[in-house]
Amino acid sequence: MTVSSKLDVARIQRDFPILDQEVNGRRLVYLDNAATTQKPRQVIDALVRYYETSNANIHRGIHTLAVRATEQYEGVRGKVAAHIGASNAADIVFTRNTTESINLVARAWGDANIRAGDEIVLSVMEHHSNIVPWQMLAKRVGANLKYAEVRDDGTLDLDSLRRLVTSKTKLVSIVHMSNVLGTVNPVAEIARIAHAAGALLLVDGAQSAPHLPLNVGAMGCDFFAFSAHKMLGPTGVGVLWAKPGLLEEMEPFLGGGEMISVVKPDASTWADVPHKFEAGTPNIADVIAFGAALDYLSELGMDTVREHEKAITAHAIEQLERLPGIQIHGPHDVELRGGAVSFTIAGVHPHDVSTVVDSYGVAIRAGHHCAQLLMRRLNVPATNRASFYIYNDERDVEVLIEALRHAIKVFANDAA
Amino acid sequence: MTLPEPQFDDLYRELILDHYRRPRNRGSLAVATRTAEGVNPVCGDEIKLDLLLNDDVIEDIAFSGQGCSISQSSASMLTDRIKGRTTAEANQVMGEVRAMLMDGAEPSPDLGDLESLEGVARLPVRVKCALLCWNVLQQGLTTPANGA
Repeated sequence: MTVSSKLDVARIQRDFPILDQEVNGRRLVYLDNAATTQKPRQVIDALVRYYETSNANIHRGIHTLAVRATEQYEGVRGKVAAHIGASNAADIVFTRNTTESINLVARAWGDANIRAGDEIVLSVMEHHSNIVPWQMLAKRVGANLKYAEVRDDGTLDLDSLRRLVTSKTKLVSIVHMSNVLGTVNPVAEIARIAHAAGALLLVDGAQSAPHLPLNVGAMGCDFFAFSAHKMLGPTGVGVLWAKPGLLEEMEPFLGGGEMISVVKPDASTWADVPHKFEAGTPNIADVIAFGAALDYLSELGMDTVREHEKAITAHAIEQLERLPGIQIHGPHDVELRGGAVSFTIAGVHPHDVSTVVDSYGVAIRAGHHCAQLLMRRLNVPATNRASFYIYNDERDVEVLIEALRHAIKVFANDAA
Repeated sequence: MTLPEPQFDDLYRELILDHYRRPRNRGSLAVATRTAEGVNPVCGDEIKLDLLLNDDVIEDIAFSGQGCSISQSSASMLTDRIKGRTTAEANQVMGEVRAMLMDGAEPSPDLGDLESLEGVARLPVRVKCALLCWNVLQQGLTTPANGA
């Protein structure tokens, strides 16, 4: 089978300076995109250009540079809104990362709306960033957490979710695409289940925003959180989108400059949304460079990105399945999944796999992927994970498979 | 385009693979005076050590657990090296292993098979795999006796 898609992968690879290097004497093959993606020249240039031509603090200054920086920063809000199909740029809040976006909701919405005895429904496949903030909230207010199950095929058990969502449920918070299994969850259906019970839905989009065409309206969620660095952008920029009206009802998360209207000795009034949630000088440069990342993806088209990833993931799964002793954790049907492919090999520990594969210049992840509940469900201490993006091609899969065969030869000859 | 296979001489020496595939003193002791265990939360490596101490002599030792080849072979070599020795000698070997892994010191000639772990020092992310059993040993030698 050959992978064909509308993406000109060779041209894309030339946009990524970091890919043009050798690691351990081999061409670098970067397959850790679910952790963070590499950055195209366009994003790096935008970052440098900002500091060389426009650097100023935003929103306060009257001078030309301040106005220029403010326009560039605020302009990215509209690009983010377009990327996720949001109607209103003012419903976009910039944070540091997905984790901070979820913590913002847990504090600013959760503390005011979740009471003792209320329930929050999560799933076993959540990243720790979509578990721990809710555990902290539950402890503060005396609420309870419930976890929807994962089926053996790596899909979410919607029946168990339906059973858990009751009139006690105030919030359902679910990952859109699992960072371990690759599973894409049916968020529109989950939104109907949550809303029928009077609960809100938060969708953790850290893995879906970089890879899927998105429309928050069609998803029907109330909050959507994701990070720039997993979608060609710089580290240090996260996004929280909230359904129109929700942010207005919420109290601020952090207090300080930029987020106020009038400050008096005893009390202050808040700025309008989204600025109410962006206290202090924000990450201006990285937000502006994130705009270049969104432009890059928009030029490729998210439908085309998705098609390419389906093709490369199907090819990788087909090749991986031929290896002796391998188990792929997650759905095999690329219609149900994204490009994060977790696997274990009988008799070979994931860390040993990762070290051998690294000697071939191939970067994959080994560990629990910040999903210890899921590791327990899968009954493995850790997995290996290869995750694909727009610059990965068949050659990358070929090197990965060659390296894995070597790892199996070194370690598993007694087990095989 | 087939490049020659990379070699793992530095890291995966035959001795490491031998201890990984045929671990020495694996299991538990029917009678143990000290028991200690530890996990590496990053990768899930687990090591449990049973020790039978008679005064300051380690009369018997066994390890159990799961994890990568480095963590398990290090534990196997540990039991091999200190079984029947005094706690003072065990502490000295522990110091020499740590110096080799953490400071890149030349392996002491009395380390025996443990010398094969030398290459791990060059891979910072794997050092903690090799050190896990030694941290567990230290705990075992310093905590109160079982049932005390």
